[in-house]
Amino acid sequence: MKLFKNVNFDKLKSGLNKTRDKLVNRITETLSGKAQIDDATLEEIEEILITSDLGYDTAIDIIEKTRVTLKSDKDRSDLNVLATIKKELELILESYAVEQTEFELVEKYNPFVILIVGVNGAGKTTTIGKLARNYKNAGLKVIIGSADTFRAAANEQLEIWANRAGVEIVQSVTGNDPSSVAFDTITLAKEKGADIVIIDTAGRLHTKNNLMNELSKIKRVIAKVVDYAPNETFLVVDGNTGQNALTQAKEFGKFTDITGLIVTKLDGTAKGGILFQICAEKNIPIRYIGVGEGIDDLQTFDPKNYVKALFE
Amino acid sequence: MLEDLTAKFDRALKKITGQGRLTESNISDTLREIRRILLDADVNYKVSKKFIDDVKEKALGEEVLASITPGQLITKIIYDELTALMGGQRTELTLNASGLTILLMVGLQGSGKTTFSAKLAGYLNERKRKVLLTASDIYRPAAIEQLKLLGQQINTPVFSIDDCKDAVKIAKDSVDYAKANGLDTVIIDTAGRLHVDEELMNEVSRIKQTVNPTETLFVVDSMTGQDAVNSAKAFHDSIDFDGVVLTKLDGDSRGGCALSIKAVVEVPIKFVSMGEKLESIEIFHPDRLASRILGKGDIISLVEKAQTQFDESEAEDLEKKILSNKFDFEDFLKQIRMIKKMGSLKSLMGMIPGIGNAVKDAEIDDKELVRVEAIIQSMTPAERKNPKILNGNRRKRIARGSGNPIQNVNRLVKQFNDMQKMMKMFKGKGGKKMMKNFGRKKF
Repeated sequence: MKLFKNVNFDKLKSGLNKTRDKLVNRITETLSGKAQIDDATLEEIEEILITSDLGYDTAIDIIEKTRVTLKSDKDRSDLNVLATIKKELELILESYAVEQTEFELVEKYNPFVILIVGVNGAGKTTTIGKLARNYKNAGLKVIIGSADTFRAAANEQLEIWANRAGVEIVQSVTGNDPSSVAFDTITLAKEKGADIVIIDTAGRLHTKNNLMNELSKIKRVIAKVVDYAPNETFLVVDGNTGQNALTQAKEFGKFTDITGLIVTKLDGTAKGGILFQICAEKNIPIRYIGVGEGIDDLQTFDPKNYVKALFE
Repeated sequence: MLEDLTAKFDRALKKITGQGRLTESNISDTLREIRRILLDADVNYKVSKKFIDDVKEKALGEEVLASITPGQLITKIIYDELTALMGGQRTELTLNASGLTILLMVGLQGSGKTTFSAKLAGYLNERKRKVLLTASDIYRPAAIEQLKLLGQQINTPVFSIDDCKDAVKIAKDSVDYAKANGLDTVIIDTAGRLHVDEELMNEVSRIKQTVNPTETLFVVDSMTGQDAVNSAKAFHDSIDFDGVVLTKLDGDSRGGCALSIKAVVEVPIKFVSMGEKLESIEIFHPDRLASRILGKGDIISLVEKAQTQFDESEAEDLEKKILSNKFDFEDFLKQIRMIKKMGSLKSLMGMIPGIGNAVKDAEIDDKELVRVEAIIQSMTPAERKNPKILNGNRRKRIARGSGNPIQNVNRLVKQFNDMQKMMKMFKGKGGKKMMKNFGRKKF
């Protein structure tokens, strides 16, 4: 049984409206009315793919495959080209293995510890509020630890989200050692028999070695309370981010094992393209995506649904 | 910042260095490479394309002079174009000499508006402005609390109204408050919003109409992808901002939106913000950024940064001491503290031409400074003034007192002696050499 199973297709579809306009509809427009698709048109499509943050390599790859598949000019009807591109996009997502946290794991590891990391402003705190709500809805007892002891009022912000989600929070004081907050949270969770612990950390840019080392320390310290912790380390990435998203995944991975990505702020604007690139790299699974502002708008990432929502 | 882009440019340029003359065929490879670099750096597709076309046109039209290499020539063309693309000359923030200056901050969620508002307040405080920060982000939990805490850190009043759900009213009342309390600058922090969110865009337009700001600044995360130009354009269409602020530019090599936002919305980039420390704010210099991308370093930025942090009279004092060879541990300690104020050693090194690339991956440990500080603090005033009296026993005591092995103390004393020797050369041509050694030396 899946731990977290919020998949709302209509919501996903409406959240991706802009991305669909930009990516799929613009390609359709470019192609329509053209009897034969020449290289100039393919170049226009390349532009659409690149401006959708699919990245240079992925975009060129798709265009080249289209070129090869549709060797003769006769093959290159608008419908054929569209279908080929669609297929290539689908392939990228569908070959992507999806991992989900299973209920059994939470029963086995109690408390189940989740560490949340990411750059500044990615949406970590908001995501934690939404995660906590979902886990709570699944009937689990959740405790949140506020180990962002750096940013002003981070603790207050998390507290408000904890209240909204109706879960307990271990608070911190600015300037505290984040590791000690994490330690206290897990200790309390053990005492109270909580099922899930979610630890918020301060936003840090992956170029700051000392802050990245702090992450490694948090990891070491929490392993002292429960030796298997953390069970999951989620990297939260702003869906607005361009090519840097890949660098973030790589650099954070050097300091702590990232077990999954959460891509936020995918709604509203045309920026769902970065997901294709992350999928094309196949390094880290995307777990959840944020498609709206509401507390229920964090969804399980399902590649098949994602493509369907884009093309329907 | 941008080291990655710089390194890639270097590599692309090397390909044509040593070639006889610029021809369509020998620059086409380079240009393709540069286009790819720009796209990988999140530079807008159309902007990169136009950039490449412009460079190509200029490169082919230009006569190659006998005295310069084609590599130098194309570097210059790319530099000029890059500078032009990023807005030519730098543009200052407009501050009214008399009456109230109102600055409105707008942008997407998580772009860094609140932190930047506080940084800007600190920056203006230093320039003798009397600043009021206005907390009008009524949506994000604890946003107001965050601004209040930041305001405390920089001793700047923060205006907010408890439980008020009207951002326009908060903004308006804060202006009245500033007038009544003899303050001359109001910085209004607003909630992050998506440019497609009509309701929230209306709210910020109403704030703008109501308070009529001197300048509206669009705050954008420098890691933003291709969509940066779209959100910038949409914000500009509905709010008509006067300047752009690029945040988190220390994050990583990509600064692509710096190249494209200006080109697409025709609004100057005014500030760059880099780092979590509240003093990490700089005026944006298009020409310097262009030269930095081409590996020429950013020495002017470094000098300016040092100037604001260095007390002028102290600096003069120090210079006299260096020239008369009276530099002692007391001065050394002062220097270390000044360096610490300027930010991390690595970010300082990165600005020195030729060193930027070398320190890209190097580990420069700021803790070394703390250790050195501890050792000096364990010396008696007499020892600090006259390091020659530091015999074995004294060194042992200092080692114990500072919690260091004696080797560290010995090394510091030796390095200090070396430094004194180097300073003797300072008046001559040794200055540059010293810079180099500074880059390599670990304390």
